[in-house]
Amino acid sequence: MAKELKLMKGNEAIAEAAIRSGCDGYFGYPITPQSEVMEHLMLEKPWEKTGMVVLQAESEIASINMVYGGAGTGKKVMTSSSSPGISLMQEGLTYLAGAELPCLVVNVVRGGPGLGTIQPSQADYFQATKGGGHGDYQMYVLAPASVQEMYDFVFDAWDIAFKYRTPVMILSDGAIGQVMEKLYVGDYVPRWTDEQIAEKAPWAAFGKPAYRDHNIITSLELDSAKQEAHNHHLQAKYRQMEREDVRFEALDTEDADYLLVAYGSSARIAQKAMQLGKEKGYKIGLLRPITLFPFPTKQIAELASKVKGILSVEMSAGQMVMDVKLAAENKCKVEHFGRYGGIIPTPHEVLEALENQIIKG
Amino acid sequence: MTEEIIIAGFGGQGVLSMGKILAYSGAMQDKEVSWMPSYGPEMRGGTANVSVIISDERISSPIISQFDTAIILNQQSLDKFEHSVKPGGVLLYDPNGIIHPPTRTDINIYKVAATEKSAELGMSKVFNMIVLGAFLKVKPVVTEEFIEKGLQKSLPERHHKLIPANLEAVQTGKSLVETVHKL
Amino acid sequence: MFNPDIIKPENLVYKRTNVLTDAVMHYCPGCGHGTIHRIIAEVIEEMGIQDKAICIAPVGCSVLAYNYFNVDSLGAAHGRAPAIASAIQRLHPNHHTFTYQGDGDLAAIGTGETIHACNRGENIVIIFVNNGIYGMTGGQMAPTTLLGMKTATTPYGRCVELNGYPLQITELLADLPGTYYVTRQSVQTPAAVRKAKKAIRQAFENQKNHKGTSFVEILSNCNSGWKKTPVEANKWMEENMMAKYVPGDIKVDGVKVR
Repeated sequence: MAKELKLMKGNEAIAEAAIRSGCDGYFGYPITPQSEVMEHLMLEKPWEKTGMVVLQAESEIASINMVYGGAGTGKKVMTSSSSPGISLMQEGLTYLAGAELPCLVVNVVRGGPGLGTIQPSQADYFQATKGGGHGDYQMYVLAPASVQEMYDFVFDAWDIAFKYRTPVMILSDGAIGQVMEKLYVGDYVPRWTDEQIAEKAPWAAFGKPAYRDHNIITSLELDSAKQEAHNHHLQAKYRQMEREDVRFEALDTEDADYLLVAYGSSARIAQKAMQLGKEKGYKIGLLRPITLFPFPTKQIAELASKVKGILSVEMSAGQMVMDVKLAAENKCKVEHFGRYGGIIPTPHEVLEALENQIIKG
Repeated sequence: MTEEIIIAGFGGQGVLSMGKILAYSGAMQDKEVSWMPSYGPEMRGGTANVSVIISDERISSPIISQFDTAIILNQQSLDKFEHSVKPGGVLLYDPNGIIHPPTRTDINIYKVAATEKSAELGMSKVFNMIVLGAFLKVKPVVTEEFIEKGLQKSLPERHHKLIPANLEAVQTGKSLVETVHKL
Repeated sequence: MFNPDIIKPENLVYKRTNVLTDAVMHYCPGCGHGTIHRIIAEVIEEMGIQDKAICIAPVGCSVLAYNYFNVDSLGAAHGRAPAIASAIQRLHPNHHTFTYQGDGDLAAIGTGETIHACNRGENIVIIFVNNGIYGMTGGQMAPTTLLGMKTATTPYGRCVELNGYPLQITELLADLPGTYYVTRQSVQTPAAVRKAKKAIRQAFENQKNHKGTSFVEILSNCNSGWKKTPVEANKWMEENMMAKYVPGDIKVDGVKVR
């Protein structure tokens, strides 16, 4: 595949990837710090290039329901927003999960609660990985740590979304959304034809052909026995994700005495802290979960029995640390270090926390 | 080599685009780069700032609080960032409108009268390129040919006719920069 | 005695449309939903658009409409049908996406989606069934409940001080430039049913010609919610509902006629 070098913001990379990955429709509502996604799309006019539909909705509620509509007809559709907007979308997300519709939702996280701050944060981890809306469901959650990953994960998201018939979330933050970095983009992947949709999404409600019964997209099941069977089916999908599609990056974990666990922006800061620690003679490894659900539980469990302690680094008051603790099963000390409210920790702060809470503690 | 830079001034001074041209030039020279703007209400009518990192290695954090170089274009930004320059680092400022000049003695301080010069030349639009030239004289983190390539890549095609004037402004900046305090 | 010999095409006087499924409808006897379903399905059959029709069912009494329409269908979250239909019609510009919504769905929780879809002039058909009450949840006040009308949440009758005014959303939507056809119909008599069917046909024809939003309000009784017999309910609807919600065309070919 031909690769072209560009310099782009993370948000623009999402938009560019949408166009190039054969996305059929984007529906969104402006909110800082992710508005460049729709701005870039409107500037690029993909409806002229690929036939992709782009629509500015009247609210995040409308956006996510437009996604529901498009996804229900087997199209590759997406939306993006930031924390308060994603909260508004929770109703739609649980319907999407219940009706088993593939789609992509990007959350460029800012600090909360409430209107909070527009600065970067990772405080939406619980909401993204534990359901978010009502009912027993999960989303597949990818956490990019660079502009390149913002781009690449859009392509990956379609594969996962259609493999499992599930909403996929890219959980980013204001830093990755706003930063401009080098980005290598590839060729355009064509949008699916009607025939391809009929083949790849035979369940979809794209208009009833004479050869089959009418397709119904719904999350409603009034018969409890059937609803429980449906819940079993959903749970089986989530277990399959845990077996087949966990993604992570391990840096220098083989002979590490201490382990940092961090994702997204925090992982980059943790990586710098790791370098600083090595200059002081510490053996530090970094495990970066790339999927937050399914979580790299097994990998952390294995490392927990080898290292002296784990520091979970997050831009939140301590959310992922709970999954790290569950994975570590008390095999070693697990502590949390975070800055929040839009504050990004420095590598020095992270190293200091590792020294105080784990190495000396 | 890793150079961590903050560029700060008023919105409308070309702060973000200067950073973008610098980042593009670095990218063209096969360096790792990042460009991180301040965003949100901060950018409305008030100050604008952007941190640019140019490095030979993978950049860990694009958001930084200590800088190798601060390029300062107004008093508010000087007040905000003078103390964020790493000891031994560089502070480059335009003296226009500066009432309280920098006071640190553990850093190298330079000034470039870019506002004055661009007004004199009747070319206020290339003001930021004069500043960029001054910076490159002090810290040649990217070479001239890549500045040209960076301009080509970052400016839309319809503005490419302005590239020679921009490059000339870079030269002007190089000859205009003055040392205020050297370690 | 059953005589199989009479089953001949020339003897056929009525045939159930195949755009309705064989599922037994759950609607209360005397309710208008069944009739409205049938005339929509007949229009789809007559226009030969079954393979292009996509139904968006609401939350409310007609939540299971997708079981009855023999077309591809989606069940919407409460009030969001116009947003869902907007996206589908844009992604499938030659399809026939229509929403089927009640008064609570369309004019209370989904007001925003309704207004904005109409204001964008989305090329969709909106069927709005107005019975002035929340039937499914047990007869609570709807935005279209008349003043003085008793419901489970207005046990002493709807009053302005406590509940505000009945919402004439259809008149409001007719003022938006995006709506091309806005009409109010009813199904309490055979003549009214025929007129309503004609209006629905007009709406789908407009959609075929990419004219923008066609909005068909259909007044219907909720005899169980109104605590009346079906006959009484229809009479009450004519005397009371129709005084506030006057039947007839409101906007035709993009021009207000009232």
